[in-house]
Amino acid sequence: MSESKIIDACNTYCPGPLMELITYMKQAKVGDTLELLSTDNGTANDVPEWINKVGHEMVSSEKVGEVWHLKVRKTK
Amino acid sequence: MSQKIQIVCVSGTREKLQMAAMIASVAAATGDEVTVFFSMNALPYFIKGHVEDAPAEGEFGALLTQKGVPPFKQLFRQAAELGDAKLLPCSMAIDLLNITQDELDPEFGPPTGLTHFLSDAEGGQLLTF
Repeated sequence: MSESKIIDACNTYCPGPLMELITYMKQAKVGDTLELLSTDNGTANDVPEWINKVGHEMVSSEKVGEVWHLKVRKTK
Repeated sequence: MSQKIQIVCVSGTREKLQMAAMIASVAAATGDEVTVFFSMNALPYFIKGHVEDAPAEGEFGALLTQKGVPPFKQLFRQAAELGDAKLLPCSMAIDLLNITQDELDPEFGPPTGLTHFLSDAEGGQLLTF
């Protein structure tokens, strides 16, 4: 059963949110979805780059108010 | 494609240590083969129990501590834990400081001489801070 988890990395700057995501990604199981919350605009560009390079799946990316919601799925 | 990145840290200023740690952590967590070689003023921050913060070189260094930027020591630790980055103390610096590997933070590898470091660095990119 795949799980869904929210990681709140608001108010920390590059590369804080990305490193938070990577930490949880290592612990997650294949198929799990992680949603990273970040107020750092650079992170919104950096996360899709990282996901693409490492080979996971970018599910969605949207900014709600001041907060980026970056949803990713672990694929391997 | 993963690449080989060698980082040399010699400066003890906050901005330089921060930038080196940012590159090391992101590159290592992305699958690059990262080695960080610490010497001169950069090494003493990694002696166990060292609490003094690195002095800011300019205005940006002050911003780093006011805002929620992850501290450089945490980023180097994550580089080692999440991305298997090698953190190596310069053997000459170890000798001059009169310390042993056991006195450094646990992520640190063995004291490494320049000959060894340079032969490992062959074919990779070398960045100096």
